[in-house]
Amino acid sequence: MVKQLTSARETILFAAILAILVLVTTRFPGFIAPGNLIDVFNDTSPLIILALGQMAVILTRCIDLSVAANLALTGMIVATLNSVNPDLPIVFIPILAVLIGAALGAINGILVWKLEIPPIVVTLGTMTIFRGIIFVISDGNWINAHEMSPAFTALPRAIFLGLPVLSWFAIVIMVASYVVITRTPLGRAFFAVGGNPHAAVYTGISIGKTQFAAFVLSGALAGLTGYLWVARYAVAYVDIAGGFELEVVAACVIGGISIAGGVGSVGGAILGAIFLGIVKNALPVVNISPFWQLAISGSAIIIAVAFNAQSSRTKGRVILKKAEHAT
Amino acid sequence: MSLAERHIPDRLTNPLQRALKSWEALLLVVAVTVFIINSLSSPYFLDAWNLSDATFNFTEKAMIAFAMALLIISGEIDLSVASIIALASTAMGAAVQFGAGTTEIVLIGLLVGLICGAFNGGLVTVLGLPSIVVTIGTMSLFRGISYIVLGDQAYGGYPRSFAFFGQGYVWWVISFEIVLFFVLAAAFWVLLHKTNFGRSVYAIGNNPTAALFSGIRVQRVKFILFMLTGLMAGVAAVCLTSRLGSTRPSIAVGWELEVVTMVVLGGINILGGSGSIPGVVIAAFVMGMVTFGFGLLNVPGIVMSIFIGLLLIGVIALPRLWSMFIARRG
Repeated sequence: MVKQLTSARETILFAAILAILVLVTTRFPGFIAPGNLIDVFNDTSPLIILALGQMAVILTRCIDLSVAANLALTGMIVATLNSVNPDLPIVFIPILAVLIGAALGAINGILVWKLEIPPIVVTLGTMTIFRGIIFVISDGNWINAHEMSPAFTALPRAIFLGLPVLSWFAIVIMVASYVVITRTPLGRAFFAVGGNPHAAVYTGISIGKTQFAAFVLSGALAGLTGYLWVARYAVAYVDIAGGFELEVVAACVIGGISIAGGVGSVGGAILGAIFLGIVKNALPVVNISPFWQLAISGSAIIIAVAFNAQSSRTKGRVILKKAEHAT
Repeated sequence: MSLAERHIPDRLTNPLQRALKSWEALLLVVAVTVFIINSLSSPYFLDAWNLSDATFNFTEKAMIAFAMALLIISGEIDLSVASIIALASTAMGAAVQFGAGTTEIVLIGLLVGLICGAFNGGLVTVLGLPSIVVTIGTMSLFRGISYIVLGDQAYGGYPRSFAFFGQGYVWWVISFEIVLFFVLAAAFWVLLHKTNFGRSVYAIGNNPTAALFSGIRVQRVKFILFMLTGLMAGVAAVCLTSRLGSTRPSIAVGWELEVVTMVVLGGINILGGSGSIPGVVIAAFVMGMVTFGFGLLNVPGIVMSIFIGLLLIGVIALPRLWSMFIARRG
């Protein structure tokens, strides 16, 4: 158990996160003040939520590059709805956002499931289509804070038990993902389809349906994040969260989720997202230009994927050695 | 699809008939249709200079698409091409600040492209990493370096003679870029369809293991293809930078999508193993003419991107829907 824990990907990542925190703290002690850490977590919440959805998709050997566009489109739709009809009860907005996001995810899912188009092509296509649709809906205009109802923008920022509601959304989704991934047939199916599709079929799991479910899940979470994002920043326009899909994929890859499918954990995805979140928040503190952000997440993806490949290779050797010792 | 339906031909089909039924022929019909629609819908379309201008919409992307076609046929992909353009352009801009002449600028652009391609290729072939993730990573990395160097600034002040590559005309309305486009198209056609190297690209795409056992150096061929794609991105960077006359880190954002769309529209199987260069050439014309036509009708660029996205999915979806329809009827 202890050995398993020390060799686990999550532990290494956790150590790396601690190391960065220590490093930043030597320069700027205020960084690890509880209030600041809550801010950092809150700021990373959208990334965590999206990374958990992306994880399900990557587990089934797919990839969803349309999450950021989905987020932006859903955000624009609910913001438009709110500005046109401010009396709509606020409870409906997140529910609506989840449904719209899920519907957009279902489009990806159907194309992958029924037409067997490679997921990268499907989501590269829907990514631009969704962004284009935002332009058509909004006519290129911004929806600003004064056009949104006070309740609409207040919800993600409201403080509940010391944490903003945005963070609570992330925490609830973290727990729910853990339950779904580790305790339900659907969670097992994600791993089965990614780990060995042929075996999955023989055990009665439909590959297409499972991938469809993963895309709907990813879409639903992207939709929810769309509302949270637009409400938190109190603005909706065509380019919000532009390029965010890469950060989401980066969080997953850094979290040890194998792009080849079937390998990964909820803890890994969360830590991967938190790692990127801390780096992002620490850069300005240690006086590094935010222009470094893109290159750093790019390098992190490459290093992480190289590390994944390397560790899976050594794992193979260790198993052989164990077998040799056993005989 | 199923085994029972597989039909094994006992004689050669008539080459003419085969050509008429090919994807390229279908594309050609689409291209001609688009051309006719465009000339009917806008009085400004059928003008030699306008048409010449329209070619700039696709020539640079198509140069990358040729190399990308080979890469996709071999079963890999490079999503970092647009970022390679950004990095190569930044390097060229930096060279200008150090007083480099036109020859040096061009060489630096090409060299940076080649190095970026070799970097991708090394990660994929030496470390055995999946190309999708690697190039998503380098896509951020390469453009990220441009942002580190340039921030919110821009490079300019390119020498006058450098402008020839993107703005020069060889003869009358025939631009340097369109000439380069046809020369490269011919070169890639020869490389893919007339050399052993080209055959090995198809072999790798169809079955890498079988290719390896038949004596093809699979990893080396893939490495060369990544370098080639990087080099072509460098060539495109030279043309684009010369045409714009300035460099910003956001140069050519989103081009990877259009290049991949062009390749897929050209009939290259996204899963590897089949496709042809003439298909990509016609696809380039189709996409260029469509964007130009939309532009003449004042359709905003982002709305065109809806069309490009639909085209990318539709081009793959429609043949599959069609074969499903046939299978259900039969």
